[in-house]
Amino acid sequence: MISTESIKHIARLSRLSFSEAEIEQFTEQLGAILNYVDQLAELDTTGVKPASHALPAINVFRDDTVLHSLSQAQIFMNAPETEEAYFKVPQIMGDK
Amino acid sequence: MFYTPASTWSQMLKMGEIQPSDIIHIYQKRSEVVEKQIKGFLNYFETPVRLNSGQSDFQDIPIVFKDNICLAGYPTTCGSRILAEFVPPYQATVSQKVLNAGLPILGKANMDEFAMGSSNENSAFHPSLNPWDLERVPGGSSGGSAALVAAGSTPWALGSDTGGSIRQPAAFCGVVGMKPTYGRVSRFGLVAYASSLDQIGPLTLTVRDNAQLLNVIAGHDSADSTSLKLPAEDFGRDLGKDIRGLKIGVPREMLAEGVDPEVRTAIEKALGVFESQGAIIAETSLPRLKYALAAYYLIATSEASSNLARFDGVRYGHRSARASNLVEMYTQSRSEGFGDEVKRRIMLGTYSLSSGYYDAYYKKAQQVRTLLIQDFQAQFETFDFLISPTSPITAFRLGEKQQDPLSMYLTDILTVPVNLVGIPALSLPCGFDSQNLPIGLQIMAKPLAEAAIYQLAQAYESATDWHMRHPEL
Repeated sequence: MISTESIKHIARLSRLSFSEAEIEQFTEQLGAILNYVDQLAELDTTGVKPASHALPAINVFRDDTVLHSLSQAQIFMNAPETEEAYFKVPQIMGDK
Repeated sequence: MFYTPASTWSQMLKMGEIQPSDIIHIYQKRSEVVEKQIKGFLNYFETPVRLNSGQSDFQDIPIVFKDNICLAGYPTTCGSRILAEFVPPYQATVSQKVLNAGLPILGKANMDEFAMGSSNENSAFHPSLNPWDLERVPGGSSGGSAALVAAGSTPWALGSDTGGSIRQPAAFCGVVGMKPTYGRVSRFGLVAYASSLDQIGPLTLTVRDNAQLLNVIAGHDSADSTSLKLPAEDFGRDLGKDIRGLKIGVPREMLAEGVDPEVRTAIEKALGVFESQGAIIAETSLPRLKYALAAYYLIATSEASSNLARFDGVRYGHRSARASNLVEMYTQSRSEGFGDEVKRRIMLGTYSLSSGYYDAYYKKAQQVRTLLIQDFQAQFETFDFLISPTSPITAFRLGEKQQDPLSMYLTDILTVPVNLVGIPALSLPCGFDSQNLPIGLQIMAKPLAEAAIYQLAQAYESATDWHMRHPEL
């Protein structure tokens, strides 16, 4: 089972905010899902290598040559707020 | 006319029996009639998007894309409010390939938000409806793509499949859907859900069309580091070949409890068709299969929580107007932009990756994934194919599973193992239940065996007429 305190902690880590009613609903729903996934504990996986990919994954490199890249205008075309060649965001540190 | 397979259109065009503009017109007229009923599009282009210099055997035959595939200069919403205004400045590799082949794109199809869902009800905009019964879901997450093919609004469509998102809607809507081998089709420009599981694939009216569309979109791409470096091949090369002597395994766990009796009967009858054509059928067992769904939901949500961290309101996507500092802006933008199911999966993934739970959840799931890969490899030493239902049930009613996420997840139980193992699998129409809802048959094979899957599927299709039946709209 998962507590509402844990749900609030996970919400902070996820950068999500919820109303008290939503926290309650998520606690119940995630509890049921975790209860279901807990069946994995039945399976002995001692010494089994974890698979991050289904097919053998190897590092892929290419030559260090300049290829086509997006223009500045294209990069900023979806930005909510910009100033000169920067993405603009609200205050990061300290008081107003 | 609107149920003419793309391969037939291609021949008719070559013979001069029809003009390109007539084909487009047929589908535009069809959408005028049926779109208000099925609501398959998120973005319908009055003038189809195309590259005039594009050329291939399938030029001038229209197509539809799921709305998580970037088409440069046109909104790509991924079914989410957070991307409602997003216009990609770059082309997905599959988009470029389809445009180069001269196919006109009719529009972008509806989907569950970020491809998370099995019903299309998680679209932030509206649900699409099943053409066979407008009170039922078309499946998901590529439900818009499947519904549009089944309704005759397009001869074929592209979807994406992370845990069954092509195959399950194909089954619910009575069309052919393929999840190719992981790495077959470039994921560059596909909005990421779970990167080790996602693959783009075709939804079509016939098996032949499916192989042809895979020919158009497959191939190595240096922009996707998980793309397989293989020579080009014709996926339709074995169509029409005898299936005598091919070995089909039927895992008993995939026909067990939870599978609707009418679905089971349809699969058993289909096995009889393969047998009558000389295939060898044997029961087999995958005892650890029951752990696949749990492993899938941990791995997929963990990858999603990481992939969706990029939606922070800084560079693109929704930004909340209510924030006074940076962390508030991240939190408010995400909370306003994402729907409930996406939030649920980000939360579950964050939990399973978090300190103290990583070993018990994420790592454990990855170890189970290794065991499942081994189990399937062992099966393919004996069998050429494994067969199961695509979904344990037929299309359910709108709203039926919305309040209970776990019951929705359980409908994916037969499709998710394929993504964990990375193998190709196809869903094929194999009958109807007593409510006249389509039933799908899933054919799985070892990695890179798409051509063999198409061979087997077409042998069945040529002996049956399920693919000739269409909904009354």
